[in-house]
Amino acid sequence: MSRRPYIREPSKTGWWLAQPRYIRYMMREISAVFIGIYIVVLIVGLWQLSRGEAAYIKFLATAEGPAGLTFAVFAMLFAIYHTYTWFQVTPKAMPLTLGSKRIPGAFIIAAHWFGFVLVSTALWLLVGS
Amino acid sequence: MFQTSLKYPSIERFDEYFSTDLIVIDGRCHGVTAIEMRTGQVHLFRSKCVIIATGGAGRVFPFTTNGAIKTGDGMAMAYRAGVPLKDMEFVQYHPTGLPGTGILITEGSRGEGGILVNKDGYRYLQDYDLGPPDPWPRKKAMELGPRDRLSQAFWHEQKKGRTISTDYGDVVHLDLRQLGEAKINERLPMVRELSSSYIGVDPVYEPIPVRPVVHYTMGGIDTDVDAATSVEGLYAAGECACVSINGANRLGSNSLTELLVFGARAGRGAAKFAMCGVAETNDQQIQAAAQAAEDRILQLFRRTGGTESVSGLRRDMNDAMEAGAGIYRSEDTLQACTETLQQIRERYKDVLLTDKSNVFNTDLIGALELGSMIDVAAAMACSALQRKESRGSHQRLDHPERDDAAYLKHSLAHYSATGLPNIDYCGVMITRSQPAERVYGGAQE
Amino acid sequence: MSERVIELDILRYDPEQDEAPHFQTYTVPYRDDWVVLDAINYVKDELDCTLSYRWSCHMAVCGSCGMIVNGEPVLACHAFLRDYPQKIRIEPLQNFPVERDLVVVMDDFMDKLSSVKPYLVAREEKDVDDGEYLQTPAELAQFKQYTACINCLLCYSACPQYALTESFVGPAALALAHRYNLDSRDVGRSVREDVVASNSGIWECSFVGACSEVCPKTVDPAAAIQQTKIASTGDYFLKFLMPWKRQ
Repeated sequence: MSRRPYIREPSKTGWWLAQPRYIRYMMREISAVFIGIYIVVLIVGLWQLSRGEAAYIKFLATAEGPAGLTFAVFAMLFAIYHTYTWFQVTPKAMPLTLGSKRIPGAFIIAAHWFGFVLVSTALWLLVGS
Repeated sequence: MFQTSLKYPSIERFDEYFSTDLIVIDGRCHGVTAIEMRTGQVHLFRSKCVIIATGGAGRVFPFTTNGAIKTGDGMAMAYRAGVPLKDMEFVQYHPTGLPGTGILITEGSRGEGGILVNKDGYRYLQDYDLGPPDPWPRKKAMELGPRDRLSQAFWHEQKKGRTISTDYGDVVHLDLRQLGEAKINERLPMVRELSSSYIGVDPVYEPIPVRPVVHYTMGGIDTDVDAATSVEGLYAAGECACVSINGANRLGSNSLTELLVFGARAGRGAAKFAMCGVAETNDQQIQAAAQAAEDRILQLFRRTGGTESVSGLRRDMNDAMEAGAGIYRSEDTLQACTETLQQIRERYKDVLLTDKSNVFNTDLIGALELGSMIDVAAAMACSALQRKESRGSHQRLDHPERDDAAYLKHSLAHYSATGLPNIDYCGVMITRSQPAERVYGGAQE
Repeated sequence: MSERVIELDILRYDPEQDEAPHFQTYTVPYRDDWVVLDAINYVKDELDCTLSYRWSCHMAVCGSCGMIVNGEPVLACHAFLRDYPQKIRIEPLQNFPVERDLVVVMDDFMDKLSSVKPYLVAREEKDVDDGEYLQTPAELAQFKQYTACINCLLCYSACPQYALTESFVGPAALALAHRYNLDSRDVGRSVREDVVASNSGIWECSFVGACSEVCPKTVDPAAAIQQTKIASTGDYFLKFLMPWKRQ
């Protein structure tokens, strides 16, 4: 006779502050922004490199200045967080079975980290020094 | 099953409508009244037939595996409408429920090799014609004996003082340790989870405390083998019905099969009935009956004052049933039980309903459910009082033997306004399997 | 000797009396092995019989007693008092309209569940007399975890996408669609596509993963949705590359 269902709306902007898991999620999403900006920085670097030594040295001076380094550190931390969260979810998206047994998620995640370290080390050796 | 039902747009569901009364005129069912819980409105559902599938009435007892909604409302509706309740004295105690919550520890745990021991670590079932204890596991012996016999054995052990005392009453131990962690995780993961969460016992390392708890109502709405009742157009299937398929003691998993078989029969029977010409219906009579039902509900809803609480009456009823009509019964205990139930019926007239809202009023629903339970409990207790023998799950201390000469028949409880049913009997259908002695364990060989 | 007690702050709402929901506090005895549902039942039986809520099995299989306890969606019958502080805040599930007290309106979910066609769409409908649709244990193992859903709606309560976008089909419905898509007896992926692979279906999901974290039956709806995204993307490209191939 007198129903009046009550709707409790979440805050459109602040909903993610309500729970730690939402904050972690937003950090994961924001990490992409930092990675994106860093890629832009790399592209600018390449472009400056193409304009000659002087331009490139000027670019490096900015990139290796205090602001540049601070940004780079943050970007790297976010990149590692991004990588960590991405690897964590891979078993969910691609469940693998060997015969009839499900391959444990931990194994898949470990394999990704192993591959990551392998590729990073290889690149470092190739172009690092 | 629910998901498959979504496939058929011709099935129209009315979720959370609480049915209260059958409309029966001149021995024929014309529909049902129900409260739409979210608005409090009483609706009349006019139909050519009605199928009742409302489940059992375990909540009449204090320790039960049954969910909160198993309050025998469908049984009570049919009962009040003139359909007898058959074999109500047969209530199954499942031997392994968790103390306190009554949560079911599945029979499968015994099927996989679990054993039951008393406080001395002794597999006591061998003392009750279910042995010898080894080899184990073995069909129809020891812990794989029938549920009624296992629950009865617990009662005897309790009397001998050989059960273990806990805050939630006496228990025995269900020991699964010999199965090993791997097997428990593979075959009985839910048992491990339930036991660990609800009583902090990990069955891999410790035995689980268990006790018999009410689980299944063998009795119910009297139907024939096509799920039809004595009222035209009224059918019943599942635990609320009694064909009887389960006799005095149901075997594990048969309730599920029963649902499938008799649910289908009820559906087919009802459809056939509905399609073959409808007798003349008297609209006025139907409306009047529905109005009377609504008036009764409104009268209860609008009550002011009252000294009895729904929860208090329910608790007293539970206690009376456990004490009087439990695993073992006697003339005295059953008599006392029926008297207490009559008193509770009187006190119910003075029940206090505080919630006056129309929207999702669970106070009112709780009171209506209590009314159903009082009726069903009286049918159980009176049927038990009249059956002066022991058979299956109905055990009388004063009549310990089975008496086929006098009692190889189904009891029928007919509703009476006094509250105590009139009990008469009907014959048992015997075709291929002849009655014989129930033997288990070594004696089978 | 004084008995240990806890305080429950329960959100109440009677639409016929209240403008808006409001908290009401009850003092309840503490028992070591009680769950939140036991405490709530104590309130109803002893203190305030006007409190309305859904419950039934008391063993986490029926899915009726979903509610928010200290900010987290749980089944009240599986939330143990011993794991909570002395003060416990109890509210109805988030993201559904509140009907009365702890009872929410589930209609939106029921509609969405129906819309994903959560039933076997067989290649050829068989009569009961023709026998069962056969399946090996290995085939069952493919989708078994997704059959465990008890429709408790904790996942919808936890999902911020569902909170922000009402049209989102939601975790449980999509997990159940996946259950049937993976079932060897079923060929219905294409008929579910319109709803499942729509913008309000899997593509509304941004893999927050809260749904899987709160699921009491470890159904893992987040995994179901991501797997469906991959399958759906594959279907999409196949349609371009091999339009003649029947899905």
